Amino acid sequence: MEKITRRKFLSVSLAGAAAGALSASGQALGAGNFMGYPEGMGVLVDLTRCIGCRTCEAACNKEQHLPEPALPFDDMSVFDEIHHGGQKRRTDENAFTVVNRYDQIQGPPVYRKIQCNHCNEPACLTSCFVNAYTKTKEGAVIYNSKVCVGCRNCMVACPFRIPAYAYSSALNPVIKKCIFCYDTRLKYGKPPACVEACPQGVMTFGHRQNILKIGRERIRTNPGRYIDHIYGETEVGGTAWMYLSNVPFEDVNFDVTLQKEPILANAQAFLSQVPMVLAIWPALFLGFHRLSTRGNEDVDENIKSSNREESQS
Amino acid sequence: MRSIVKNGYQPVDSPVDRVTKRRWGFVEKLFLGLTPREYLNQALKNPFNWVLGVIFAVGFPIIVYRFIFGLGSVTHSSNDYPWGLFLGFGLFVMVPLSASGFLLGTTVELFGRKDFKPIERLALLNGLMGYFFAVVYLLVDLGQPWRLPYPMVVAWGTAAVLFLVGWHVAVYLTVQIMEVSESFFEWVHWPMAKKFIKRITIGLTIAGIILSTLHQGALGALFTYAPNKVHPLWYSQEFLWIFFFTSSIFAGLCMVIAVSTVVKKTMAWRCSEEWLSRLDSQTIGLAKGASMALITYFVIKLIGIAHDNEWAYLATGWGQWFVLELAGGVILPLFLLGYGIRNERVGIIRLGAFTAVAGIVLNRINTALITFNWDLYQEIPHILEATIAVTLFALYIATYRFILYRLPILYAWKPQPAQAREGATEWESVPGALGQPSAAYSDISMPD
Repeated sequence: MEKITRRKFLSVSLAGAAAGALSASGQALGAGNFMGYPEGMGVLVDLTRCIGCRTCEAACNKEQHLPEPALPFDDMSVFDEIHHGGQKRRTDENAFTVVNRYDQIQGPPVYRKIQCNHCNEPACLTSCFVNAYTKTKEGAVIYNSKVCVGCRNCMVACPFRIPAYAYSSALNPVIKKCIFCYDTRLKYGKPPACVEACPQGVMTFGHRQNILKIGRERIRTNPGRYIDHIYGETEVGGTAWMYLSNVPFEDVNFDVTLQKEPILANAQAFLSQVPMVLAIWPALFLGFHRLSTRGNEDVDENIKSSNREESQS
Repeated sequence: MRSIVKNGYQPVDSPVDRVTKRRWGFVEKLFLGLTPREYLNQALKNPFNWVLGVIFAVGFPIIVYRFIFGLGSVTHSSNDYPWGLFLGFGLFVMVPLSASGFLLGTTVELFGRKDFKPIERLALLNGLMGYFFAVVYLLVDLGQPWRLPYPMVVAWGTAAVLFLVGWHVAVYLTVQIMEVSESFFEWVHWPMAKKFIKRITIGLTIAGIILSTLHQGALGALFTYAPNKVHPLWYSQEFLWIFFFTSSIFAGLCMVIAVSTVVKKTMAWRCSEEWLSRLDSQTIGLAKGASMALITYFVIKLIGIAHDNEWAYLATGWGQWFVLELAGGVILPLFLLGYGIRNERVGIIRLGAFTAVAGIVLNRINTALITFNWDLYQEIPHILEATIAVTLFALYIATYRFILYRLPILYAWKPQPAQAREGATEWESVPGALGQPSAAYSDISMPD
């Protein structure tokens, strides 16, 4: 009696575990400390050099075959636009990069270009349940619209609020964001269109490791000119696009509260529990069942019958 | 319905017509043993059907409009606010309110508390309905809903919390359909299928606990992707999934109390006498469970604040909102449930349960919408978005009611009507209820 019960006990546990494992999955496969591909490219954006000419926006628009904007790219009134919620302009389905002007209390205004920062360990990628995103070895975070279901979790997850959604489309709404000109340029070792077009040399394109060195060098050789921080070096695990600034980063609307660990690290507290729950719960609750119904004649019949569960679930 | 019941009508509750001794046909069962004309007449007399009719007449065209012109035409979902009411309410609220299935399944099947058997089927159905409609809300919200099976068959994003949610909700929906199908098989008279479901009940129940633990928690873990967007008081990297799981326990239990209250008020004709007479004692039992979950939830929420040292936020406007949520949605129901249990005042318990349900709605909407982007700007849902959300909820109520009217959820199916009239116990092996079931459980006075 005891022997049979134990065997059955185990098989039921296994059945439960199988039921769970089938659905399973949650294990985080990404390494927690992935710091980007060693050969990955990056761009250093030096805000002190930007004059707000919007040439980069125009270049991006042309390269990515985006629709013509309502106001031409040489119209500087866009800097005064106040959008919904008192916000300055942001990236959307028709503009993968945007320059905003930030007036300072002292000194001239500072212009800041925003686009996808191409994180080393992107939150959009790790939050996507169909793997629509890929971090290429060249450093670009690209997106496969063929598998996207449209849950928009990537937009919730992106700490820089970059991905935009084609809400206006009914039949094929997809995510739109900067892809580092991957298809047309980066793949062939060429810098993205915005970098090449910039008349001020605001952006420096190169291996991420190298441009980090360039950034540090610039801070060192120009005492007092820069804030002693390269934004993107460590934020959310590091980004391919990084920034130098002469004003505190929060004054040009950077989120300076971001964590150093990749966003995925936050979910790991939960994800690491998943296999444990799958493995422990069946035995635990079957144990409770045995303990609380001992002597009840239903029990043996139940245990017997739950063996069938194996084939069922 | 009430008036025709008064005139001696008895709804179908066995395979054979009592008067003519003829077996009911399937269509006849669908019409509850009434002729189509009689059925229509009673339906038109019910003012609630008119309310539903108006909602559907307004809402369904808007849903069609959404699929023709895209999400942007009906929602205020934006690049800053990717998720609106459809997920904020439809997914994040409906799922915890539907935890009842696994909770009562565990209580009855696993812990062998057969005294909760009468309410178990309602709890299971409540679970199935909530999950099913969470998926319906999701389908309206997804940009490309026809790709919903993609995470199962096309591409696996295994590191994503949403991947776990997707799989678990899909598998759990299957489990719940099987659990509820027992009453369906009774109704259509497929005894073999019912027997099969009974045999695998324990396995289904344990699968239910595993899946529920993980995906209720996973809904909370989803927000750990947005540490800079959810307000710190509602965010907890370590504990958010435990908050969501723990609160789903009292949410599910209180939802069953709330639904059973509505059922008792509006469709007593469909309930068997025994179900009604034992409802109060079962309500007290559910309330005891819910109050333990409530106090636990309150304590761990405090631990969460202490852990991240967020006391200073309590002095801000957001902090007052947080305190209001906890006071009105946790402390108040805890007090009401406790008072009701102590003094056996079922009416107070029911009030407490409704308060707790409201508290859960507030908590999930707070996390997903109101405090989301708290340092950016607040978004108000589009009027059409709200209309669609209300329409789907009305559809949920209508479907729920359709099933309750028919399947043996609130009454026991009588295989042979001759036996049933002898007043035998409806729910088998009820300890202490054998013999005089009604008398044994009717010692609690009903306040209403």
